[in-house]
Amino acid sequence: MLLVFGSSCGRPGVEKVSIKGSDTEVNLVLQLAETFMKDDPDVSIAVTGGGSGAGISALLNGKADIANSSRPFKSAEIEIASGREIDAKAIIFAIDALVLVVNPATRMDSLSLAQVGAIFRGDFQNWSDLGGPNMPISLYGRQSNSGTFVFFREHILRDEYSQDIKQMNGTAQIIEAVKSDPAAIGYVGIGYVVNKVGEVMEGIGVVKIQTDSSQAALNPVEKKHIISGAYPITRPLFQYVNGQASGKLLEFIRFELSSAGQRIVQENGYFPISSQQAQHNQSILPGL
Amino acid sequence: MKSRLFFDKIYKRIFFGAAFLSVFTLLGIFGMLLINGLNMFSEVSVGEFLLGRVWNPAAYGEAKYGILAMMASTGLVTIGAMAIAIPLGIGTAAYLSEISSPRLAAILKPIIEILAAIPSVAIGFLGIVLVGPFLANVFGLNNGLNALNGALLLAVMALPTIITVAEDAIRAVPKAYKEGSYALGANKWTTLIQVTLPSSYSGIIAAVMLGMGRAIGETMTVLMATGNATSMPEGYFSSIRTMTATIAIELGEVPFGTTHYYSLFAIGTVLFLITLAVNLLAERIAASYRKMGQ
Repeated sequence: MLLVFGSSCGRPGVEKVSIKGSDTEVNLVLQLAETFMKDDPDVSIAVTGGGSGAGISALLNGKADIANSSRPFKSAEIEIASGREIDAKAIIFAIDALVLVVNPATRMDSLSLAQVGAIFRGDFQNWSDLGGPNMPISLYGRQSNSGTFVFFREHILRDEYSQDIKQMNGTAQIIEAVKSDPAAIGYVGIGYVVNKVGEVMEGIGVVKIQTDSSQAALNPVEKKHIISGAYPITRPLFQYVNGQASGKLLEFIRFELSSAGQRIVQENGYFPISSQQAQHNQSILPGL
Repeated sequence: MKSRLFFDKIYKRIFFGAAFLSVFTLLGIFGMLLINGLNMFSEVSVGEFLLGRVWNPAAYGEAKYGILAMMASTGLVTIGAMAIAIPLGIGTAAYLSEISSPRLAAILKPIIEILAAIPSVAIGFLGIVLVGPFLANVFGLNNGLNALNGALLLAVMALPTIITVAEDAIRAVPKAYKEGSYALGANKWTTLIQVTLPSSYSGIIAAVMLGMGRAIGETMTVLMATGNATSMPEGYFSSIRTMTATIAIELGEVPFGTTHYYSLFAIGTVLFLITLAVNLLAERIAASYRKMGQ
């Protein structure tokens, strides 16, 4: 009986790693895992999405080895972690730029940060208020389990979302909606906007962002604006583990942070971590 | 002789147990919903919960727990779905049992029943890729993620239930009623409208209520197709978020034991009470028609 069970579960000696969370990170981490598994047949990594909130609660419930999260822990989650004696450690493995995407029919080429906040708070109802065509604005966002939803609210809106915002299941759904709805605007991680060679996908418009009126509007697709830190909406992408990682888990994280791993990060449209962030990672998880 | 009586007793017990198992399950579910749901009212008043227009438990500022907008949303899609499914369903049932040839009915019935077997996630997907763009085109909207989309899909999902149950009810009308009608010189149409359908009212009402229950409780389809905006709906072209969709979206990540967690159970309790009311009403109406028939 045991033998049957063992053989149906895979080869003996294969270490299993389960990763869950952020929808922004899921495709990237999946590719990192696939590359890692190609070189190491003794490990089996399962990557699933569900949103940062779902990943964090999976880590807290002991159902995931890594929680992908595009936001830090909330205070309630820190409390739960300490109550369950979970020592959640965060490493940063990539940098994301949040991109405002619109349907080209809105003719929105650039917006200021203040305008973006006002649009998503519902202060503007029609594109004509912003010099666009006479169409009611269709807002697309994520659900509250999304780290992007939380990050965007804390840093750009600094208030509640408009109640008219359509809460989509995932980033891919926002992209599809923006393509088909002529009055659409939404926010997504840059990995969903550009293809392998860094070109913007067909049918969506990327909005250039102006930090304030004295500054030029910057296009997030141009790497130099991200590297220099001038583009205002960037954020670290986190992976949380419980305590000091070891074995294949540590090896996988080491691979993600290696030059090969960081190359995959860039191929997916995201940005490599800085040397300070690498140092920070090492202080969090010795042995990286 | 003795053993026969003994087995008789045993079987009685078994069937009694089976009948009560479902009653216990029902009471258990209701009790669980109620006990968890009531916890939230230490923080939020009942009035705020039932009449508040803003639902924002994971808020930036102050959390709000009003479910009026989502109750209106659930009502809107259900009424819309019924407006489409009732005439279509009863019409189909009448056609299958009274008008069509038995051979055609034998082909149509299984096909209609297969409709009930389509998973709701597949119907929701159709709502996104097919019905949504179609509605946007026909009505000149920017997008088709709205209450009308949800109502259309729910109508499709409620149809098999309504047709099957209504058809059985219509078939059960005694032949003598119809023969009496024909003998008085009434044609097929008059007989159907004035004799057959009225005498199967109790069954038809049961069919409608069962279909309605399906529409109120359906989750995945509306979650995918209606846009999930939490604002108060202004009509069938508004994006809406139903009670079921709210529970499904938020239960996955809500921290255990918080007001937000309990509030989702409170929504479940309200949903339960609504379906209970629908069923009791159906039972009442059906019973009164049964009496009239006698």
